Amino acid sequence: MSRKVSITLQNNDDARPIIEAIEKDNPDSTVNIYPAMVKIDCEGRLIVKQETVEALLGREWDVQELHLSIVSMAGNVDEEDEYFELSWNL
Amino acid sequence: MAEKRKKKLGIKQRYSMLTRGLSWETTYQDMDKVFPYDKFEGIHIHDWEAWEDPFRLTMDAYWKFQSEKEKKLYAVIDSFAQNNGHLGITDARYVNAIKLFLTGISPAEYQAARGFTHVGRQFRGVGPRVACQMQAIDELRHAQTQIHSMSHYNKYFDGLHSGPYMHDRVWYLSVPKSFFDDARTAGPFEFLTSISFAFEYVLTNLLFVPFMSGAAFNGDMATVTFGFSAQSDEARHMTLGLAVIKFMLEQDERNIPIVQRWMDKWFWRGTRLLTLVAMMMDYMLPKRVMSWREAWDIYFTEAGGALFKDLERYGIRPPKYADIATKEAEHLSHQAWHIFYNYTHAAAFHTWVPEKEELDWLSEKYPNTFDKYYRPRLEYLDKEEKAGRRFYNDTLPMLCQVCQIPMGYTEMDDPTTISFQSSEYKGDKYHTCSLGCKDIFDYEPEKYVQAWLPVHQIYQGNCGGPEIEDVLKWYNFNLGADNLDYSGSPDQKLWNEWQAHRKKA
Repeated sequence: MSRKVSITLQNNDDARPIIEAIEKDNPDSTVNIYPAMVKIDCEGRLIVKQETVEALLGREWDVQELHLSIVSMAGNVDEEDEYFELSWNL
Repeated sequence: MAEKRKKKLGIKQRYSMLTRGLSWETTYQDMDKVFPYDKFEGIHIHDWEAWEDPFRLTMDAYWKFQSEKEKKLYAVIDSFAQNNGHLGITDARYVNAIKLFLTGISPAEYQAARGFTHVGRQFRGVGPRVACQMQAIDELRHAQTQIHSMSHYNKYFDGLHSGPYMHDRVWYLSVPKSFFDDARTAGPFEFLTSISFAFEYVLTNLLFVPFMSGAAFNGDMATVTFGFSAQSDEARHMTLGLAVIKFMLEQDERNIPIVQRWMDKWFWRGTRLLTLVAMMMDYMLPKRVMSWREAWDIYFTEAGGALFKDLERYGIRPPKYADIATKEAEHLSHQAWHIFYNYTHAAAFHTWVPEKEELDWLSEKYPNTFDKYYRPRLEYLDKEEKAGRRFYNDTLPMLCQVCQIPMGYTEMDDPTTISFQSSEYKGDKYHTCSLGCKDIFDYEPEKYVQAWLPVHQIYQGNCGGPEIEDVLKWYNFNLGADNLDYSGSPDQKLWNEWQAHRKKA
């Protein structure tokens, strides 16, 4: 059975670099675009890396800034200074 | 970028500093007297320190992010009102979804704030207290921002003038009201299982995500913005929901059957409550994003399936009757819309028979059921209406003793037979709409025999008088404006005038 984790972000200027970073760091992810929001699914686990988002943004980015753009998610959360990760126990 | 920042403390340390060591063991008073509610439900906790909030949000960061969210939201609300944003929606029928939201959901946010304020005091562990206090503030913010956003529609459209007043009185609003009353009168652990886990984690996506996306699709900038602002908090609430479940399950194996029973109960109650949303999605959005069935597949079958697979290692199984609920996803929005079509004269929003293209959309989305059971009925009602015989049901319906929805839902394997359950308690007979609701009644009959059932209350003479009109006045309805069909309503007249003006310009 499929065990997808998922994160949904607003489709706005704050979130676009995060979405791009997720696509880069999770090459197997699927990006679903809905009106006003983007839902990204990935089998088993999905990571948002601070380093990648900062490189795309060109400024410092606190992982907790995710709170401003997140709409929903599925999976167990592991948050650190450098990353935000969702996973299911496989 | 290695030298860019010298953080004082890492995120884990910050969280630990701000949520640990803040409390103490009381000595003048017994701890059980200081925290009298966190044991009676039978949940055993050995180590409150094992509680961990995965988001590790501390109060200072919380205020920072929340104020930023508020600034963004209020900038949009202002601009929406200044620029007559209501003129940009797809169709005035859409506003009826907003009416249902403001009277049915926003007061529930306030109820949630009350609930979390209560349990935010009652746990002897500091971690859960902090998390519940933040959520209490969130929920209050949601109620306030929703009322602010939607107040703009109240300037032009009917049915939005008395949300909280109606919430305490109107028959269909007793469905969300009784849901939250039930949760708030349970113990603190059951409350968290009901609201944080079953509602927020398992089901809230079905409420907010497709609905807000639908608002965006229909040009409702105000609702999208408050919706997503609220939803950014929900993501945190969801992690609290999962955290509390794992916390209880990991602390003591005696907790497992209690948690399972709560999951079964609140999953079922939640699916009943969400029928209102199913109907909004399939019938009330002029431009539709996805069907209720599709939303159910994505958010319950797929996301919920992965979640319950994850909880399997604790000995937890998917909620009882999840299979029935999945079958219901093919039927409930149609059955619920039919109930409201019957009783639109007693509702503070309008209904209608969908237009042909909309019926075609429903046929396409529900190939197994719509053409067979529901389309012919809607076409018949349309024909009757056009012949001047718009049908209104003048007999009050029997309500389910638990979910308080009129007993109009059918057996899922036979959509021509009404599902009808009953139980005896102390010599009286009580009716429920489904096996799920019957189980809930049978486990705690003493609680549910006290239900304030609107129809019973009307017949007992507690709701303004004997005639429907007396009751509607007691509800504070503007008769002839708030209620009845969309066709011929003041809302429709105003909208058509605006559209005619637009064409001229």
